[in-house]
Amino acid sequence: MKFITIDKKNWAKGIEKSRETYRLFGPVKDKNGSFIRDLENDMLPDMSCHDSVLSVKSVLFPQTEKILFTTLDESKEDHHIMKRVPADTRQRAVVGIQPYDAKAIQLVNLNFDTDDYRDPYWCDAYEATTFVGVGINKPGPFDFSTSAGTGPFSETGLDVLMADLDNAYLAKVLTDKGGAFMVSCGFDTIADEKESRALFDILRKEAEKNISSQIDTGKLKDKTVLELHEAPFWDDIAFSCINCGTCTFVCPTCWCFDIQDEAKQKSAGRFRNWDTCMSPLFTKHATGHNPRDSKTQRVRQRFMHKLKYFLDKYDQGIMCVGCGRCVKSCPVNIDIREVCKIMNSYEKKE
Amino acid sequence: MDTCIQKIREIAFQLLDKKEVERVIGFSNGTIPMATSPITIASKQDTEKLVFNSTCGLNLANYIRQQKGKIAVIAKGCDSRNIVTHIIENQVKRDQIYIIGVPCKGMINKSKIKALFEDDILKFDEDGDTLTVESSSKKETLSKKEYLRDNCRLCQHKNPVIYDILAGDPVKEQVLDVPYPDVEKIAALDADARWIHFQELTKNCIRCYACRNACPLCYCPTCFVDESGPQWVGKGQDKTDVNTFHFLRAFHCAGRCTDCGACVEACPMDINVRDFTRKLNKDAFDMFGWEAGLDQTKRPPLDAYSPDDPNDFIK
Ligand code: SF4
Ligand code: SF4
Ligand code: SF4
Ligand code: SF4
Ligand code: SF4
Repeated sequence: MKFITIDKKNWAKGIEKSRETYRLFGPVKDKNGSFIRDLENDMLPDMSCHDSVLSVKSVLFPQTEKILFTTLDESKEDHHIMKRVPADTRQRAVVGIQPYDAKAIQLVNLNFDTDDYRDPYWCDAYEATTFVGVGINKPGPFDFSTSAGTGPFSETGLDVLMADLDNAYLAKVLTDKGGAFMVSCGFDTIADEKESRALFDILRKEAEKNISSQIDTGKLKDKTVLELHEAPFWDDIAFSCINCGTCTFVCPTCWCFDIQDEAKQKSAGRFRNWDTCMSPLFTKHATGHNPRDSKTQRVRQRFMHKLKYFLDKYDQGIMCVGCGRCVKSCPVNIDIREVCKIMNSYEKKE
Repeated sequence: MDTCIQKIREIAFQLLDKKEVERVIGFSNGTIPMATSPITIASKQDTEKLVFNSTCGLNLANYIRQQKGKIAVIAKGCDSRNIVTHIIENQVKRDQIYIIGVPCKGMINKSKIKALFEDDILKFDEDGDTLTVESSSKKETLSKKEYLRDNCRLCQHKNPVIYDILAGDPVKEQVLDVPYPDVEKIAALDADARWIHFQELTKNCIRCYACRNACPLCYCPTCFVDESGPQWVGKGQDKTDVNTFHFLRAFHCAGRCTDCGACVEACPMDINVRDFTRKLNKDAFDMFGWEAGLDQTKRPPLDAYSPDDPNDFIK
């Protein structure tokens, strides 16, 4: 394992240099909050941002993505034959993301990259991407990552984990991809391994100690799906929900999408857009039948998926990394931590 | 702290105790600072859960449609106007709703307060006009007057216009010489600058439709943006489609919007979608002397014919 020290004075220059090889993405402050954006020209990632409204998910899986196209011009031989929009295989690096967001990417991988099926759009983007995270020294009150199987210094899914020291960054190179990114920046001041490990350890422990918010998921596994599905508390949980889907859009682990065809004059495209189980249209059948017609059913779907179905199906913990985005953004303050508590502690009355 | 809450709880308790209503719809405390959540309660023991303070910025009129039996609802000035609109539009019957009116002292602008802090807010308290807000790095004492939502600042109907009981003494209404300064400011821009203003406004919209869903006016079983046969508007992030949603939604609210601010309150991106609706509110006022939701007996201008209609084409 290699550790590299980066003097903050050299940071901008190094990042600039990496552009020769990488297309860069990172947190950017905008008037409505921070977002993970394409860093154009001389934009630098905002390394102090630990609360981007949307997560790095949007770099691999944009809210709207044109995936196929065709011509409707019948004089052309290949009219009406859908072709894939050429994949953008240029190397990209997302720099400055919250560590648990990289774990979230791994959870989404479970769905998009399986033995039976490989989602080409996600997987191609994933393979082209290097993930550079920065540890969160002072986690905020919404962060419950440590009890969601990750943490403010989590390494899962990252290629480089950086620690923000006052005048420098200390980078822990976790993969070859990460090493290549460091080389492209020209960052090559090797730090002492033992000392660096110890320093990371201190920072991680200090950060984890600061996390005040916790969930308990221990009993979810032993409950049956039906028991939770038919529990009496869903109407009350769902009452205030306005079915906006904000919670699923901001969530780094939500992966649902909808396919839309659009045509303009003679050219047509097939797009995929984020979808949300909170919307009444979600999985509505062409027959008109709607499997989740009521608000309660929709709210139940979201929490059951995150805290029960996913857990049962993959045996990799819950489908939530504890970033707290949904807690912060929900306009009616439906709090997954509370719902988790209710579900986890529920005992069916005989 | 005088937020009428004791009175609200007493009234709710009595109503449930005497079985005059089946449920009471109000606000409960949130799990995070500066948050409250709409709640429905059916048992008088639960009336303790009710709260009312200046973070109750959502509009409870949005929660009273399609309820069974008689229900009670807590209503600020603007909420009450949306109840009137519901009655006019046959969404609820007057005798099905017991209105606990709250003379409103204004709701706070949460994003403006959040913007004062680099880090997350840990604690929020209010006492009359004094707000105390704390994060892990600093503590601020603020005057609520300075941190009211834009719509509350310009509100001329703080007292409920319709109610069965009031939970507090009526407050003094302000009368504004210039009720639409914001609209005038945008209207004064030249066409290009105005276009840029609205492009910038919706730039970060994620089309979650929280603005629509929080709005009591938006109760169509299938919204035009969700309709697929015919499809009126693309569903992706194309600028034209995003703007089409905003423009059309605003027009669907023309002559109906009470400027309650729930749409802005709900937006996860802090987009002031009222920049669209306010212009139409002003038009309704200038052309028809109309403010929505003040009178159950009058038809809204866009659904009535009048010989003195200001438009020529209709005569
Ligand atoms: S963000 Fe809140 S109100 Fe919106 S769909 Fe999710 S739980 Fe419901
Ligand atoms: S469910 Fe909420 S807290 Fe969990 S990962 Fe998604 S947005 Fe973050
Ligand atoms: S919670 Fe809902 S939107 Fe998120 S992945 Fe599951 S079904 Fe899809
Ligand atoms: S609530 Fe905000 S982000 Fe969502 S659709 Fe409305 S304006 Fe766009
Ligand atoms: S458009 Fe906004 S301000 Fe107008 S009634 Fe609806 S929620 Fe209230």
